[in-house]
Amino acid sequence: MRRTFLLEIVMIAVAVAFLFPVYTLVSLSLKDPAQISQTPLALPDPPTFDNFTAAWSAAALGPSLVNSTVITVVSLIALIALGSFAAYFLARVQTRLGYGLYILFLLGIVLPFQLGMIPLYRLVTDLGLIGTHAGMILFYTGIQLPFTVFLYTGFIRALPREYASAAQIDGAGHLTAFTRVVFPLLRPITGTVLILNAVFIWNDFFTPLVYLGGSGFETVPVSVFAFVGQYVSQHGLVFAGLVLGALPIVAVFLALQRYVIKGFSSGLKG
Amino acid sequence: MTPLTAWRARPARTARPRRSATTPPWLFAAPALAVYALVVLYPAISGVVYAFTDWSGIGQDMSFVGLANFRTLLGDEQAMGSIGNTLLLTLAVVAVQNGVGLLLALGVNARLKSRALLRVIFFAPVVVSPVMVAFLWKYIYNPDPEAGLNGLLGLHVDWLGDPSVALWSIAGMVVWQYAGYSMVIFLAGLEGVPKELHEAAMIDGAGTFQRFRYVTWPLLAPAVTINLMLSTIGGLKLFDQVFAATNGGPGYATETLSTVLYKQAFVFGKFGYSTAVALVLALFVAAVSLVQVYYLRGREVSA
Repeated sequence: MRRTFLLEIVMIAVAVAFLFPVYTLVSLSLKDPAQISQTPLALPDPPTFDNFTAAWSAAALGPSLVNSTVITVVSLIALIALGSFAAYFLARVQTRLGYGLYILFLLGIVLPFQLGMIPLYRLVTDLGLIGTHAGMILFYTGIQLPFTVFLYTGFIRALPREYASAAQIDGAGHLTAFTRVVFPLLRPITGTVLILNAVFIWNDFFTPLVYLGGSGFETVPVSVFAFVGQYVSQHGLVFAGLVLGALPIVAVFLALQRYVIKGFSSGLKG
Repeated sequence: MTPLTAWRARPARTARPRRSATTPPWLFAAPALAVYALVVLYPAISGVVYAFTDWSGIGQDMSFVGLANFRTLLGDEQAMGSIGNTLLLTLAVVAVQNGVGLLLALGVNARLKSRALLRVIFFAPVVVSPVMVAFLWKYIYNPDPEAGLNGLLGLHVDWLGDPSVALWSIAGMVVWQYAGYSMVIFLAGLEGVPKELHEAAMIDGAGTFQRFRYVTWPLLAPAVTINLMLSTIGGLKLFDQVFAATNGGPGYATETLSTVLYKQAFVFGKFGYSTAVALVLALFVAAVSLVQVYYLRGREVSA
């Protein structure tokens, strides 16, 4: 018992130390420039919210939140539809073709996207999709499909086959069997797929920087990057922008933390 | 069968379901395959081809130059240095992130009252954009002895401005952000260790350390495999944090393969050379992944 108590004290101390960067972020965002230079480590006294109002308009976060939301939501729908659909075939069909296709998808997990980055940039330009939501949605759907197919296939293989077979004997085609019977059974892994892909897409920076930079369709990380570059020396303003930029995803995480943490680990358990 | 064991096992042969006349089954995979081929496969194959050309990124004007890009790479001090940096950074991140992640998991796994809260705190940075984390740490690492980390610890270190320290500072930032990720995967692994085994070991007189060494550790092997692979691949491809915090500086002290290939393409317009650097990166990732799969899966045992 005493050992547990000691461990609890130690772990809380570790958590407090771990939170130092977060304390720095929030306290600086509530200070005026004089406080930041004179008492950088102290609590804000008095706290001011001026940085937040200035940052909100200067960083153009309103439109970026809309862009990020549209791109993330549509990409997730496409990934779940295409990924679960393909996995149903890959997990069920025992032909060389099915197995070969599965290996081909797995290859995409290991390939660093940098290898195809430049040819893809050219392709997206030729298709006229640079600086559009559609270009980003196509990119994320393609780049995250291998991982999505991998998670779905593993899960479907572990399901009893009888469900789909039973539906087919009742005269349903493959398509009906999948949408009515199989897909609802995939809910746990769909949750994992949703969370892992949402975190990746929402926070991705490199591709939207190159594809959307200067288009007026920037996502949140790209807007924050440009904003920080512009006001680099005004730490209070910059940190207020960072707080605002991180707030949506952190709020969603805190609201759904049990599912998020479970999602991150369950799809990846060996 | 779990996703990670599924990749090797060919499904058992059983009677095929009756072919239905409505949908040929391969049509299920066709839409996904089309998008995947367009966005990943075709560009990756083109990338391999471009690596042997002098393409400038503008127009159709390019010619094959054989291995010239790779010869340039061998003589390019900055690019060669970035290979060393990438490997050092990956090694540091993998070792520290997983070490810290395991300690956190063991601490949080005990019967603590604050267990749920601690888990949320340590995991929270994982969901924040790495670019934003890098900007926050850029200030925490500022050289002012009164502010940030120096102010907290009473030091006078120029964390990002001193070439001999900067790479390790980047590693520290990455570890802070992702230690919670490793922790969560280790926690999932710890849940799979049966209590009976620990009790049996206790009855046999095993101490805390012995129980960890002979009961917990072998059963954690799958979690170790996943953590090592994810953090290694992540480390080799690291870009956002370096780009936002130091942009490869001071000098070339924190240049990684990813930042070099970015600059070669989008700053200098050497698209052919940039894809050659990307090909080297791809080979590193592929080689490390294969070696890890081969070695680590061999030591996995089941309870």
